[in-house]
Amino acid sequence: MIANLEYATLQQIWWILCSVVGSLFLFLTFVQGGNTLLWQVAKNDVESSLVINSLGRKWELTFTTLVLFGGALFAAFPKFYATSFGGAYWVWMLILFTFILQAVSYEYRKKPDNFLGAKVYESFLLINGTVGILLIGAAVGTFFTGSNFTLNLYNQVTWTNPLRGLEAAFSLFNLSLGLFLVFNARVLGGMYLLNNIDFSAMDDFQGRLRKAVLINFLCALPFLLYVLVSLLMMKGFSVDAAGVVSMVANKYLLNLLAMPLVLGLLLVGLVLVIVAVLITAFKGSTKGIWLAGLGTVLVGLSVFFLAGFNNTPFYPSKADLQSSLTIVNASSSRYTLTAMTYVALGIPFVLAYIAYVWSKMDAKKLAAHEVMDHEAY
Amino acid sequence: MVDVDLSLVNWSRAQFAMTAMYHWIFVPLTLGLSFLCAMFESIYVRTGNEKWKAITRFWMTLFGINFAIGVATGIILEFEFGTNWSNYSWMVGDIFGAPLAVEGIFAFFLEATFFAVMFFGWDRVSKGFHLFSTWMVAIGSNLSALWILVANAWMQYPVGMAFNPETARFEMENFWAVLFSPVAISKFTHATSSGFVLASLFVVAISSWYLLKGRHVEMAKKSIIVASVFGLLGSVYVAFTGDEAAFENAQHQPMKLAAYEGLYKGENNAGLVALGMINSAKKPGDSQHPFLFEVKVPGLLSLLANRESGSFVPGIDDLVYGNKEQKIMGVAEKMKIGQKAVADLAAFKQARKEKNDVVAAEALTRFTANKEYLGYGYLSTPEEAVPPVSTAFYSFHIMVVLGTFFPVLFIAFLFFTLKGSIRQQRWLLPLGVLSFFLGHVAGQMGWAVAEVGRQPWAIQGLMPVKVATTNLAVGHVQATFFMFLGVFTLLLIAEIKIMTKQISIGPEGV
Repeated sequence: MIANLEYATLQQIWWILCSVVGSLFLFLTFVQGGNTLLWQVAKNDVESSLVINSLGRKWELTFTTLVLFGGALFAAFPKFYATSFGGAYWVWMLILFTFILQAVSYEYRKKPDNFLGAKVYESFLLINGTVGILLIGAAVGTFFTGSNFTLNLYNQVTWTNPLRGLEAAFSLFNLSLGLFLVFNARVLGGMYLLNNIDFSAMDDFQGRLRKAVLINFLCALPFLLYVLVSLLMMKGFSVDAAGVVSMVANKYLLNLLAMPLVLGLLLVGLVLVIVAVLITAFKGSTKGIWLAGLGTVLVGLSVFFLAGFNNTPFYPSKADLQSSLTIVNASSSRYTLTAMTYVALGIPFVLAYIAYVWSKMDAKKLAAHEVMDHEAY
Repeated sequence: MVDVDLSLVNWSRAQFAMTAMYHWIFVPLTLGLSFLCAMFESIYVRTGNEKWKAITRFWMTLFGINFAIGVATGIILEFEFGTNWSNYSWMVGDIFGAPLAVEGIFAFFLEATFFAVMFFGWDRVSKGFHLFSTWMVAIGSNLSALWILVANAWMQYPVGMAFNPETARFEMENFWAVLFSPVAISKFTHATSSGFVLASLFVVAISSWYLLKGRHVEMAKKSIIVASVFGLLGSVYVAFTGDEAAFENAQHQPMKLAAYEGLYKGENNAGLVALGMINSAKKPGDSQHPFLFEVKVPGLLSLLANRESGSFVPGIDDLVYGNKEQKIMGVAEKMKIGQKAVADLAAFKQARKEKNDVVAAEALTRFTANKEYLGYGYLSTPEEAVPPVSTAFYSFHIMVVLGTFFPVLFIAFLFFTLKGSIRQQRWLLPLGVLSFFLGHVAGQMGWAVAEVGRQPWAIQGLMPVKVATTNLAVGHVQATFFMFLGVFTLLLIAEIKIMTKQISIGPEGV
């Protein structure tokens, strides 16, 4: 059956799959968001250790999902991988740099003779959770605001801005998207910690986390509203049947109206996040992470679908409209997409064992006595 | 094609080599130590002996310290294909991306998911499930190596693909040919088994140190027995797979084989250099002797390269300047054909842009006739096709000498430990400590043989490294080079300090 799929269908399937991975990554940034809450919610060593150890048992999943996102884009849309990573050199290098710092910080933080000291490793986690996520948001923002590149006949990229991608962070739209993701990650991080930690005799700690969820949500709101309103009002990039790219007024509003399912995903996602915040802040619930996580995934999907479907170049070029990348001109060959689709049949199995192991490991909340031994983070 | 700034190429090359070499400090240990931890834990589960549990947890702690920095250095490698080699990424993304994505879906998640159970699940899951998780981490780690090595093997021996002039890239035609290429199989088996050897040397080294200090004697002896058996099997396998790798080099990358053997003039019944010193003044085509001195084993290179004694093994001069008698086409001739292919491709692309179908069809016909040597069209001189001979030669021979030494070492440790006199072997124990560093030297030399020997090609015969780079100002790459060099060095120092501290603390209760 897969072998008989149209090339265009395969391209769409792979944009959906990449969007799913990207959206799951946005959910899993609760790890990064949680890291940044450390100074705000933890008032002693035990609380700090609970935060770090709780998140430290999930950091690999976030990290791996980011790697998979890169790998899937490389496999399915190699022109995007080559153009964006090669062109927007500094934005990607800095993002990666923050993830390198994060990868060792859990393991090394409390180990004796760790050379840099616990505070430095904790600051690495803070850098990853703020700068890293902010830049990821700015990079995603360029799906709508465009980038500064041209492609020659051989599809080799020339970046026309000397900041090599960092200029993305100076656009108000991109910056707002980045800041929204930072605060949303903090909301998710707070909810995850509330769900994962045993708060016996630590009511204050729990209260601080609930307050942090609400405050960070309120901080996220203005950036979210700015992004949404801008998205609906802005001129967008459109591609016609002949492959010619042009600017169209209210393109992304038109996309939403043309794709009611995407509009639904966006609205349901936002409502789920809001409900999650309310039940966490005011109802004493610890289940908010699941609603907010699902909400974040749905919002993420709507953002990626908005950028890539309905004749929209998902990686547009401001410098040369005709160099813009669409899911049609940036994709791998039909053979590779077909082979990859067979491989993707294994994804449900992977998700199933992740869910099984997660539920088994988290069946019992993380307690203070577990984070005090020498093997803990 | 764009003009090439050679300093950019060399800095990009240096950055990738630096990250790869740092990564390869940690990865082989992960590959092998994960299996050793699984073996220690299997013995614990089977015997119920708590001492084996303490042994498992001790080695697991060291595994975790190493694993974290391996992951940290690994992520940058994946993305450097895009950031620094974007022309390459586009040209081969259709083939190279697929193994990387499969690696992400199947291998990395296996590792990532069960890693948490392995470290934090002792009191949260059953004994059996914990053991299962440890094995899954080991399998996941090694599967990760499979996919990246498949991709690397494809660069050494590109199969299962065709060049599409419309998109100006290589496109996959046979996934199974890519996956089961003989080079991929030998590369995977050779690299992973070298990891098994290195991890075994790590266990032997630390255990030897404990025995010298008279600490944790029982744990050290138990660990040595398991590691020596695993290391011995691993090193025998390394030898077999190394032989296979050399054979594949001879078939598909004869220039690499000639370089690491320092063979300039091809000959029948060629001898294998057992010991030698390269004459650094020697250049291809001149009459100087390639060695200041050498000791050769007669006929062995012919046997190694062709599985046939007395057979002809081409040298660097034969491959660069051609050898009519042996029907070997020289690089100069290939360059002429390649230059035509490059020009025809440009003409085709221009005609397509101008929508001139007649000119495009003519250019395509000419290109198709010449495309086999497309990559040679980018070389400036025939001699550019020769990799750095000294580096390749010394890397190969140091690796081989050390690879021959390790099984002997494992046999000695196994023999004296089983005999019960290992603590009295004061000459052997320091050698055991030193052996871990020798293992690292062998591993790094192995990568140098594979990757320096591949030069000047990013993809053997099809794409030189110099046209694979991203079009960047060299200052950007210099900045990131030093940024990563700084952070990796800091993290390496931290890792060594933490590791040595943990070793000095030692395991609990055994």
